[in-house]
Amino acid sequence: MNGIIDLPAFQVALAYFFVLVVLAIVRVLGIKREKELIISSVRMTLQLILTGYVLVYVFDNPNPFITAGIILVMEAFAIHNVINKFKGKLSKPLKRVIAFSMSIGTLSCLAYFLFIVVRISPWYEPQYFVPIAGMLIGNSMTGISLGVKSLLEGMTIQRALVEEALILGATPQAATKTIINSTFDAAIMPTINSMVGMGIVFLPGMMTGQILSGTAPTTAIAYQLAIMLGILGAVALTVILMLKLGYRTFFNKEEQLQEG
Amino acid sequence: MTLFEFIDVKYKNILDLPTLFIEKKKVITIVGTSGSGKSTILRMLNKMLSPTQGSILFNNTDLRQINSVTHRRHVTMLSQNPAMFEGSIRDNLNVGLKFQEKRLLSDDILLGILEKVKLKKELDSSANTLSGGEKQRLTLGRVLLLDAEVYLLDEPSSSLDGETEESIIQMVTEHVRVETKTLVMVTHSKAIAEKYSDVIIEISGGSCSSNRGCNR
Repeated sequence: MNGIIDLPAFQVALAYFFVLVVLAIVRVLGIKREKELIISSVRMTLQLILTGYVLVYVFDNPNPFITAGIILVMEAFAIHNVINKFKGKLSKPLKRVIAFSMSIGTLSCLAYFLFIVVRISPWYEPQYFVPIAGMLIGNSMTGISLGVKSLLEGMTIQRALVEEALILGATPQAATKTIINSTFDAAIMPTINSMVGMGIVFLPGMMTGQILSGTAPTTAIAYQLAIMLGILGAVALTVILMLKLGYRTFFNKEEQLQEG
Repeated sequence: MTLFEFIDVKYKNILDLPTLFIEKKKVITIVGTSGSGKSTILRMLNKMLSPTQGSILFNNTDLRQINSVTHRRHVTMLSQNPAMFEGSIRDNLNVGLKFQEKRLLSDDILLGILEKVKLKKELDSSANTLSGGEKQRLTLGRVLLLDAEVYLLDEPSSSLDGETEESIIQMVTEHVRVETKTLVMVTHSKAIAEKYSDVIIEISGGSCSSNRGCNR
């Protein structure tokens, strides 16, 4: 197996030249997205360069506190991102539910994956901890965002049906059952779709990366299988927790629908 | 025998009822202009709303101490604009029992109730194609099937023509009397109230203005 070809700065610059070509085309076609393309390219460049240096430092100086700190920052950023996306639409208790579900859902899967499946040593080994946490947290963030969106829509559009069910003597749980089921579907679908197409329609990013860096495809596949199952578990657990605790925030303790 | 007793009940600035009694095993109608708070009273009896001040006793127990879901199974309500669920007429007739985790009824019984509410439809036909008046009768049937102790009906005949209205009200009051249940019905037809009820409670501007329900 060959190691990966090193990319010198000049060759990376050629990739930027490619973006300039795209920019020129966009301009000629009058699509008016030049600004967004430039900003996102510059932003990505700065973020990744910074991350690269941080990772080099972190990998060279493994330390449990630094690893824990990075995970906390990632988690906090992800939670903030979800809550921010639904500005003004979330009640305080629902925000708490989102933060709780994200933390428990991702951290428990992360612990299982790293300590029981991969068995890293030392336990805080950042080379494994950081990228795998990133994948679990990132996918759960997308999943819970879709879930919250579908839950809010369901509780708004079907409010009359939920209320009718309560009037007829349903528990809040029974009254929201169809909404909860369709929300779970909406949240988990992207993960399931990507699992179904994997290996045939596309090669997943992590596996591609490992193969490029010279890892044997069989090893890369073993990792990919494990991480996909980990992602499925983390997304499902996060969304289930959010739903099981979240539907309740739409009702008061007298089992009445909250106003507004 | 008192079933419900209101003690200094207020609901926001919509209702102000220092006292109100609802007796057991009677047919009671609540009349009053629209916006007077009649529906709010029914929703409080069914615990879909709770008073913002004061308390309501049910069989001498404060409603706050009774589990809301259990209470709604004893005291069932037909709201003013009841929602239809997806599916057939059969599904919609059975939906209350499904929510209450009770055994669903056989087609014979369901057809019987359709006849009672004067709805000549197949059980398999879709519920969403019904007209307003047909939906109202279907939802009335759905509520009657729940076999509750107390029925709260909010304008059960608002979308019906005069003749059907009379026969439906007659059927409901008869059903309630035969089964010795309690019926509290909101209506804006004074003629119906006078003809079919034991007690008439008149509400205007959020307070009780006449008759024996207001005082003992």
